[in-house]
Amino acid sequence: MKDKSLVSITDFNKEEYLRILEIAAGFEENPNQKLLNDHVVASLFFEPSTRTRLSFETAANRLGARVIGFSDSGSTSVKKGESLKDTIIMVSGYADIIVMRHPRDGAARWASEVSTVPVINAGDGANQHPTQCLLDMYSIMQTQGTLDNLNIAFIGDLKYGRTVHSLVQAMCSFNPTFHLVSPEELKLPSSSKMHIKNSNLTYHQYTELADVIPIADIIYMTRIQKERFSDPLDYEKVKNSYVLDRAMLHNCKPNMKILHPLPRVNEISEDVDETPQAFYFKQAENGVYVRQALLAAIAGVK
Amino acid sequence: MKKEQRHLNVTAIENGTVIDHIPANNVFKVLHILNLENNKNQVLFGDNLDSKKYGKKGIIKVSNTYFDANEINKIALVAPTATFIEIKDFEVVTKKTVEVPDQIKSIVKCFNPNCITNVEFVPSHFTVVDKENMKLLCHYCEKITGRNNIVFA
Repeated sequence: MKDKSLVSITDFNKEEYLRILEIAAGFEENPNQKLLNDHVVASLFFEPSTRTRLSFETAANRLGARVIGFSDSGSTSVKKGESLKDTIIMVSGYADIIVMRHPRDGAARWASEVSTVPVINAGDGANQHPTQCLLDMYSIMQTQGTLDNLNIAFIGDLKYGRTVHSLVQAMCSFNPTFHLVSPEELKLPSSSKMHIKNSNLTYHQYTELADVIPIADIIYMTRIQKERFSDPLDYEKVKNSYVLDRAMLHNCKPNMKILHPLPRVNEISEDVDETPQAFYFKQAENGVYVRQALLAAIAGVK
Repeated sequence: MKKEQRHLNVTAIENGTVIDHIPANNVFKVLHILNLENNKNQVLFGDNLDSKKYGKKGIIKVSNTYFDANEINKIALVAPTATFIEIKDFEVVTKKTVEVPDQIKSIVKCFNPNCITNVEFVPSHFTVVDKENMKLLCHYCEKITGRNNIVFA
């Protein structure tokens, strides 16, 4: 993986996913390893992000790298009309690895083509967010002891949730059964269903959250965003129908864990936080180890 | 007979390419994709001509110009039925048909308005994932542009 860019989750194969998860487990045991003392990591956030930026910068710092960059394009020459291409060519002359979040779909692929150093996509518009996907896989592995043959339930906005699309794609290598729970207007898009079919796997669609609780090994919750609905009345109808609370968990499997890419609004009641099923905060913490693993693997020191 | 021959003389070309069986009303798109708008040779074209095979068709004749397979396949999106007839000394030398290419670069716009190719100066690039139904997967934003959304750059 040395010098390889990570733009889309499909840029890596099954062996590479597993290698990253294995390296990440090593960093979880021993997070402070100054392996990148002589490296500069550029953290270019053209739109704001809390978790992704902080966890990338934490990862780089724990590895001993120095971090340059910005957290908002407002304070950069983008405001003067500089093109993404020019910004990336310039920064690739300064840094050894570029981590980039950008509001436009496909910006990360373009950056990786003009950059002379590897680019890690930290989210490009509604398109891809591969490091979120890897940390989701790491969390699944950690809670289930395996990635193989699991029942994975996705809840909420399956149409626009890029984390859902990437995770569905990546997990297709591990023989899961998918359980898809969403309102009619936010069903998983046909392109994602095509991946499932092409892998000869099965999926089941539901509209009731309660139906999947007893069968799921993993429940992956997402936030339903008001701005996704053209008719505000449609939003009002579904906004409270995919809310998970403590009482609903009485018949879940003992190994079941709840994941959520965060931020959460009201789709998981706070009374769930104290249950053994809640895993979303630990999942966010895992982002640091997975990003350490990626930086180290791409820099060629692991 | 004599009259017919004179008619032929006007339209026949000595050396060059006849692009026949273009779907009616797509002649201008073909002219654009093959950049014939800027060709300095004689370019003759007709649209809505009678065709035994298709009812109506378009035709283009370009003097002293020949097209390689790459260029021919560029028009697959608008004229998959077209034939490229190469003429030398008024004689037909070869006939070439259009094949749908695996990759399409620069000629089509991505239909996703938030795609980087529509925001910055980035040449578009698609993989043809379904040749029959013309589904184009954007190399950048990974969205599919379908036949009905195809707009030429």
